[in-house]
Amino acid sequence: MKIVVCIKQVPDTKGGVKFNPDGTLDRAAMLTIMNPDDKAGLEAALRLKDQYGAEVTVVTMGLPKAEEVLREAMAMGADKGILVTDRVLGGADTWATSQTIAGAIRNLEYDLIITGRQAIDGDTAQVGPQISEHLGIPVISYAQNIKIEGDSVIVERQYDDRYHVLKAQMPCLITALAELNEPRYMTPGGIFDAYDAEITVWGRADLKDVDDSNLGLKGSPTQIAKASDKVRKGAGEKVALDPTEAVDYIVGKLKDKHVI
Amino acid sequence: MNIQDYKGVFVYAQQVDNVISGIALELIGKGKDLAKDLGTEVTAVLIGSDVKALADELAEYGADKVIVVDDPELKEYRTEPYTHALASVINEFKPEIVLVGATAIGRDLGPRVSARIHTGLTADCTQLEIGDFPINPIPGKEQLHNQLLMTRPAFGGNTIATIACPAFRPQMATVRPGVMQKAPKEAGKKAVVVEYNPGFTPDNKYVEILEVVKAVSDVADIMDAKILVSGGRGVGSAENFKILEDLAEVLGGTVSCSRAVVDAGWKSKDLQVGQTGKTVRPNVYFAIGISGAIQHVAGMEEADIIIAINKDETAPIFEVADYGIVGDLNKIIPALTESLKAEMAAK
Repeated sequence: MKIVVCIKQVPDTKGGVKFNPDGTLDRAAMLTIMNPDDKAGLEAALRLKDQYGAEVTVVTMGLPKAEEVLREAMAMGADKGILVTDRVLGGADTWATSQTIAGAIRNLEYDLIITGRQAIDGDTAQVGPQISEHLGIPVISYAQNIKIEGDSVIVERQYDDRYHVLKAQMPCLITALAELNEPRYMTPGGIFDAYDAEITVWGRADLKDVDDSNLGLKGSPTQIAKASDKVRKGAGEKVALDPTEAVDYIVGKLKDKHVI
Repeated sequence: MNIQDYKGVFVYAQQVDNVISGIALELIGKGKDLAKDLGTEVTAVLIGSDVKALADELAEYGADKVIVVDDPELKEYRTEPYTHALASVINEFKPEIVLVGATAIGRDLGPRVSARIHTGLTADCTQLEIGDFPINPIPGKEQLHNQLLMTRPAFGGNTIATIACPAFRPQMATVRPGVMQKAPKEAGKKAVVVEYNPGFTPDNKYVEILEVVKAVSDVADIMDAKILVSGGRGVGSAENFKILEDLAEVLGGTVSCSRAVVDAGWKSKDLQVGQTGKTVRPNVYFAIGISGAIQHVAGMEEADIIIAINKDETAPIFEVADYGIVGDLNKIIPALTESLKAEMAAK
């Protein structure tokens, strides 16, 4: 079985966020991590590899430094890493990003594609389903439990108040939740091997069946009108009180506000 | 694409088990505002099996028109037939705006539809308005009018971005539940109902539903609660949520929780407030033993009154709380419940 896992290097949102003058993100200036949902997707792929035997290829799109997350993935147990990077791909929205990644995946053999549900920088949850649409394969979002049965995959798909047990024909795309599992650590031997491993680097010319008009900032239907730091409501009162005083304080406030 | 051909505001009227979801009515409410600014109508797109009878409810909440796609293939939500249904409606009727709820269904359906019809989609919007793009005139660049300006948080709530989709139609957005207001109900109001069926032929993209497992939940939806008593990791255990439940009961409120509590298995996911849970805006939000990670705050900061109780005086929750108490929740909460009981009894 061949599994492709799409991962993204994301700014650690606990640090600061910086913008370019045009309102797009200045990714180069921020600390980065492997996106948590993607890491769960990778772990799910590695478990399928442990259980059924599989070749796991990780694909990322980003700046040259995104190679770091590929090496991390390989140190966890992925077999191959592909970096899609090219100046003309920059500034892409989810449409252009999904076109780019679909263009890269068309060069690969795959039974299963796993992406994270959403990245912690954009929080859109759109790229996975959009890749599947471009490739003409089924998508199962919000996957909780993944099993293989013959040429089908059986997945628990989470909704607000229920889950569906779904059976889809492979090839199929699954989006994983960080809650899916606890990703394994890199092994020392894995880190050593990953450091030496060859990373495949693809540019615009290597993407299959994608028109220039669908790539990069120019190929993005959505455009940023403005971006800014969020203005938050300021802090109110903060008091340190013993329990009896605290109760009187809260009851007083609830009365003032006519809650009781 | 001739942009002028695209007219009207469409709303995906989500239903589950043939019950209209609250988000559908909220989107109609917002859609009415946008349609008014554009001098057009709001149309609800109702997709399902045996759902036609639900059209009246959509009309009573403000839909001028309801397009019904009714087919046995649409009994339960599945990505492919629903995508085919909504994409076909868009191609046939050419709306200029399509709004979809940012629910577990809409966040699957929206991206797939937008990819099929080749347009932009802005996720999880918290504000929608009609305006100019670029917002301020830029020399040498045409300023377009009557554009949908879609505002959304990003970077875990650290930033706010306003997005436009100037060259493609429809302009599509998913909208978080609980953010927009539904319009007052007008009993007996009717809408024009149009039935449309594009035909459904199962292919490799149709998945099979082997089982539907509903979570057994007898608790009220936290998004409807006026008072939420919300607990975090600091509550300490599933058992200790009892003191929060007692407080909620005396106030006529509902218990909710942070993600840490769901991860620990103390409470179910449907009670989770925050970026990966639900957005709530109650009159009073008690944040008890919740540190206040930005992802949590993003889901509750619109509450009218936020009361935080935490033993850590540096907890970020105090930065958004109207009233912050540094103290021991295990002592304060039971005493507060008793005091409130006495207050209520005295009335």
